Amino acid sequence: MTVDIKTTSVQPRRNTFAHIARRSGSDKAASRYDEATFDMQPSANFHYRPTWAPEFELFDKRRTALEMEDWDAFKDPRQYYYGAYTIARARMMESTEKNFAFVEKRRSFDSIEPNWRDLLQLYLIPLRHFEWGANMNNCNITDLGYGAAITQATMYATMDRLGNAQILSRIGLLLDNQTGESLATAKMAWMELPVWQPIRRMVEDSLVLNDWFEQFVAQNFVFDTLVYSLVLGAFDDEGQKRGAHGVSLLTEFLSDWHDETARWVDAVLTRAAKESPQNANLISSWVAKWSGIALPALEPLAREVLRNDAETALGSAEERLEARFAKFRTDDRVHI
Amino acid sequence: MAGNVSITLQNTDEGRAIINAISADNAEAVVNVYPSMTKIDCPGRLIVNRESIESEMGRPFDLQELQLSLVSLAGNVDEDDDKFVLEWNR
Amino acid sequence: MNAETKIERKAKKLGLKERYGHLTRGLGWETSYQPMDKVFPFASYEGIKIHDWDAFEDPFRLTMDAYWKYQAEKERKLYAVIDSFAQNNGQMKITDARYVNALKIFLTGVSPLEYMAHRGYAHVGRHFVGAGPRVACQMQAIDELRHAQTQMHTISHYNKYFDGLHDPRHMFDRVWYLSVPKSFFEDAMTAGPFEFLTAISFSFEYVLTNLLFVPFMSGAAYNGDMATVTFGFSAQSDESRHMTLGLEIIKFMLEQDADNVPIVQRWIDKWFWRGYRLLSIVAMMMDYMLPKRVMSWAEAWGIYFEEAGGALFEDLSRYGITTPKYADVASKEKDRLTHEVWSTFYNYTRAAAFHTWIPNDDELAWLSEKYPETFDQLYRPRYEHWRSLQQKGERFYNNSLPQLCNVCQIPMVFTEPDDPTKLCLRSTEFEGEKYHFCSDGCKDIFEFEPQKYVQSWLPVHQIFQGNCGGATMPEVLDWYGIKNGSDNLDYEGSPDQTIWNDWTKSAQRAAG
Repeated sequence: MTVDIKTTSVQPRRNTFAHIARRSGSDKAASRYDEATFDMQPSANFHYRPTWAPEFELFDKRRTALEMEDWDAFKDPRQYYYGAYTIARARMMESTEKNFAFVEKRRSFDSIEPNWRDLLQLYLIPLRHFEWGANMNNCNITDLGYGAAITQATMYATMDRLGNAQILSRIGLLLDNQTGESLATAKMAWMELPVWQPIRRMVEDSLVLNDWFEQFVAQNFVFDTLVYSLVLGAFDDEGQKRGAHGVSLLTEFLSDWHDETARWVDAVLTRAAKESPQNANLISSWVAKWSGIALPALEPLAREVLRNDAETALGSAEERLEARFAKFRTDDRVHI
Repeated sequence: MAGNVSITLQNTDEGRAIINAISADNAEAVVNVYPSMTKIDCPGRLIVNRESIESEMGRPFDLQELQLSLVSLAGNVDEDDDKFVLEWNR
Repeated sequence: MNAETKIERKAKKLGLKERYGHLTRGLGWETSYQPMDKVFPFASYEGIKIHDWDAFEDPFRLTMDAYWKYQAEKERKLYAVIDSFAQNNGQMKITDARYVNALKIFLTGVSPLEYMAHRGYAHVGRHFVGAGPRVACQMQAIDELRHAQTQMHTISHYNKYFDGLHDPRHMFDRVWYLSVPKSFFEDAMTAGPFEFLTAISFSFEYVLTNLLFVPFMSGAAYNGDMATVTFGFSAQSDESRHMTLGLEIIKFMLEQDADNVPIVQRWIDKWFWRGYRLLSIVAMMMDYMLPKRVMSWAEAWGIYFEEAGGALFEDLSRYGITTPKYADVASKEKDRLTHEVWSTFYNYTRAAAFHTWIPNDDELAWLSEKYPETFDQLYRPRYEHWRSLQQKGERFYNNSLPQLCNVCQIPMVFTEPDDPTKLCLRSTEFEGEKYHFCSDGCKDIFEFEPQKYVQSWLPVHQIFQGNCGGATMPEVLDWYGIKNGSDNLDYEGSPDQTIWNDWTKSAQRAAG
């Protein structure tokens, strides 16, 4: 005989936590994402000021000029909590591993034209340092940002950027037959080669920003849209013609990641801009400021790789940024 | 005299294979079984060999998979592709 | 470049160490468009001298591909258990509903710390100068987020059936005894990056966390709580990496410069004591709140601190590091700590979001056996007295407000190291004000950094200042989010008990 589980005493006495019910207005069962996100960050009665920033509370809304009534409003459209996030990335990585095995087995890199091989070494491998800068920026936002909704997603982005840098490094190790020479060459390019210097400067300037939401706009919206459009768009298209289809198989992780992440970035910016005209203007001014820096910074590299086609590629990168910006800009007078 | 190093593993099928491998490779290891976990103590140094685990499991084993069964450890860690060593006074 | 000749050779496979070096080490660079000390502004203000960041060794050498793979596997397993626990009404299969009170303390007092650790490691993961330690901190930052979330998800099911679990985040920021864990972690997070790592990675994770997780999770297994066992062990598998970071970072600081040694020793002393005081609540859970016990606090202290810590500090002695100051006091307290703390919560359970009770006869016998030197002499008479009051319908509740230690924020209930019958009270003056402490350990901590601890948000002071909803008990409880008559008071007569009795009765009927 079995216990009849329909008895009234095993009816739940409540369906979710009170802080979730207060937010949704009813005690209905909540999603894993909601329970993993809302009100997770302590928000009251702090004990000590940080010795590293005594003018602020440990978690402090005043660390950005942006203002929100509810900081947990930045829901991630992907609904990533840790479990959902790692499982998604493990799946992507599994197919990337298959691609690495394929490329190695079929020696796909043998078909790359020698001069394109040199260009790959010049434009693709140093990008690992750009990714590392993006890792630092997202980590900084996770440190200083307000509310678990946005900071958990920037935590995932932090690790994503390390993962991206490591995939790029592995491509380098395939190019140099596991000696690490290509990584040393890439570091030199990043540090010294003239075409990389304006890019490194813009990355370093973004690392020291005081306003974390400005940092979010600069890195995750402006830099990424332009760099990915150029490097994984136009440069990669050119590579297809030069025998580098094997490389595209390996960078697929990065392009898929970028497309997926753009949905989240756009959702955050749209929500922030919708909050108030002040927010919308702030975001517009940051987009204008950083695209004004990033577009010219990318030009020398684009010219080096694409020669006469650089203009077109830069133009379509800018269009791509404009198109995404159009989704949430409220002030038509501000132009990039 | 150096104190004990120790490693604690879950009582699962994989954990059991790892515990067997450790017991076989470390003569001085003392195995303590608790509810749902097992703690192995060993004076000074303890080694976990990839090959021993592979022969216990009958399949290839990457030592980084240890992370799926580990509960706790004490000692300085040194890991490479073939062995995972815990040690005091390295 | 002579690319073509290179690929003629057979591709070689890199070893773990080399591969990790290539994929992680070289990522950072010396900035020149912005000065390094602006990019890394917190690297030196604590006085720690680092000459070569590359000397830091992360023995686990995890790259993101492996991280995602193994962590996803852990998550798949864990959520399968959580789902099946809910589907099978696993909450009905635990040994006794009193056990759930340990989960209440865990969810309101420990899980929020996991979240804070997530943010704290993000801070250090951004601000350490070397790529190696930064990556290790970032991985810990995301792991800690995992722990905070998996704990919410696991205990969510218990919340549907039991009281006291319904508003953990609101309570954490307000309830008096939760300021103990909250102030502990804020103390660490508001310190510099090196002190934070010494506090959390070394003193807490490496030296003390085994006392929190290992016996508690084994206890959960023993008491039929499969969901908690699973999140606990799943979290512990990350913990091994975190503990190792703790030991490596300490060795790194000690090896980099002899001037670091006294600074690190002072931090070890401070954070050992702070962590030990925090654990007194866990100690009480082990001895009093698990219906079936695995080991006593005194035994766990022997295995996990005296024995394991002994080997550790012997290993560190080559750098000139000694066993933490007041470790001897902790050992002197091991036979009384849990009884003093449980008695305190028994007294003040009207203002707590969990139930207390007098141990039953079997449990009293177990305590006598485990604490032969102290229990029958000092604590059993007290419990028997309270039990007789309760049997007369006069269950004792203390309705006054206790004085709190200004550092650990626990009520002043601990006794003199050498006299378990005499309350230990310490105080000091700073800028004309008097401050009170439960111990020499807490007093030392205050005196080294009084400017920090005068900022303490002390719950009792806050009530007196009118910052907690009002001056009466019902007003304060309301402000805390504690529901009078269901979340608080004795287990005897609680709604939790009624429901549990219904379940066990219907199970007995069903079994015929």
